[in-house]
Amino acid sequence: MSTKEESRGTLSSTDFGVAASAFILNWNTICSSFPQWTWVLSHHQVEGYLSLENILLSSTQEEHGELSFPGPGKHSHQEDPIDVDDATLVHINPCKVHYYDLHIIYCNSYRVPVLYFRAYDNDGEPLECDEIEKDLPAYSKKALSDSKWTFITQEEHPYLNRPWYKLHPCGTSEWMKLLFHADDDALAKTGVAIELYLVAWLSVVGLVVGLRIPFEMMKQL
Amino acid sequence: MEEAQKYVWEGAIPLQIHLHESEVTTLPTPPPALILAPRIGYLPLLIPQIKPHFSNALPPGSPDTVWFDYNGLPLKWYIPTGVLFDLLCAEPERPWNLTVHFRGYPSNILVPCEGEDSVKWSFINSLKEAAYIINGNCKNVMNMSQPDQVELWRSVLNGNLEAYVRISSKLRLGTVGDEYADGGGQGQVKTGRVPVRLYVWSVSEDFDDLEDAPQIDSWDKISYINRPVEIHGEEGNYFTLQDAVKSILPEYFPNKSSTKEESSRDEDENEQTVPSEEGEKYLSENVDTCYPSDNVEIKLVRIQGIEPKMDIPFSWVVKNLTNPEHYLHICVCLKVPQVL
Repeated sequence: MSTKEESRGTLSSTDFGVAASAFILNWNTICSSFPQWTWVLSHHQVEGYLSLENILLSSTQEEHGELSFPGPGKHSHQEDPIDVDDATLVHINPCKVHYYDLHIIYCNSYRVPVLYFRAYDNDGEPLECDEIEKDLPAYSKKALSDSKWTFITQEEHPYLNRPWYKLHPCGTSEWMKLLFHADDDALAKTGVAIELYLVAWLSVVGLVVGLRIPFEMMKQL
Repeated sequence: MEEAQKYVWEGAIPLQIHLHESEVTTLPTPPPALILAPRIGYLPLLIPQIKPHFSNALPPGSPDTVWFDYNGLPLKWYIPTGVLFDLLCAEPERPWNLTVHFRGYPSNILVPCEGEDSVKWSFINSLKEAAYIINGNCKNVMNMSQPDQVELWRSVLNGNLEAYVRISSKLRLGTVGDEYADGGGQGQVKTGRVPVRLYVWSVSEDFDDLEDAPQIDSWDKISYINRPVEIHGEEGNYFTLQDAVKSILPEYFPNKSSTKEESSRDEDENEQTVPSEEGEKYLSENVDTCYPSDNVEIKLVRIQGIEPKMDIPFSWVVKNLTNPEHYLHICVCLKVPQVL
């Protein structure tokens, strides 16, 4: 990643591909018991995006509305709940079970990744906007109500011709800039900057939908 | 003001709008509404004109969101009317026959629309995105005063080019093309990005008449590509429309720069696709993922209803044929050896 891009908090399309490969490798290795991210190709095998589907969102007593890993998702092979870093054993109310699909797609205009997501219930029926809002962590809800039009919006998925929810990329480069220049060692980290871009990015963005990056992955940053 | 821009703003599509048969409750069936729709406008903005025409025929009860279809294909409301027409009517149909629905909004396919507000929001958002592409930030758009924002939107609604130019010039969204479009002076050598939205449909067989072109019956048959075109100052007027289109379709027209790792955006080379040894090596290594460039043919390029010569300087196209949100919408038909 060129220093110019890095100082702007953006990345090129090629760098996104590199970052995505590194991210998948790391995640699927470190968090092998968690649902795996996959790389999906489109536009005749040139553009691709990251996909994590059928994630279970469950409501616990302590932390309402958090995507927990591992969740017994629709296609899960796990039988026993495995402890996550904050060790929550979850009692799941089948009626309140919501599934999420997450796609991380590169935006050529803003030169940053963008999170698209959709939610559905046990029967595969899409969730209404207000139902999704209830799932979101409290801090997201506040931000959402403060600036409804600029935060999460319903827009067309760039490839799938269907409405998805999208997290607006406007401010992304600003806070990514901060993440990469948080300390003087930033320059020393330049060599591995691209590979860590997505972990850093998702650690912030994921919070919006209550997705916690497993601690093991955060240690690298 | 440039003649061409005036023509673009005055361009309109004659529409003949039929109420969907399932919603007709009177006899005889209401006649279709005849409307002249501005090319640079959007279909939902026509609803205030259309609704009164059909209000007597509608079934009782409050109507859903209004939506349109063309030959059964639900129309995406955030795409400018002129672009929809250029894209979906290979052989221009005049008047263009559309069907209006007041019920049964296909919310699994179409993004929700709440009338003019949704269209305005989509417009401003696209303008922000264009500003970011051109200037590297959207400050000018974000900092627009409320009265300016209102006037800008009104000028688009009413097709008032003079008012539009007055407000939009404050946004400083001139692109790198400007230095060359006004007579080819040397100007400052500048590299820049131009906001482009490409709508690509592919055919595997040749057709002589546009009438024989296959009908687009699903949005999955169209590749929507929202990728800026990069212009390098040194190329100036030598960078043609053809160069621009090919540069943002690397999957069909691989060029040399795609074989190198992108080091810095500023050093990217945007060369014409020329079958070279290097290029062919790249192609043979990736034969499953790339079409050899000699087998892919650009059959049709349409912008604002015009099919420009492919060797026209891209800077002229940018200067004169962009939409008010500063995006250039290009409809492309490609002939490929095999359609996916």
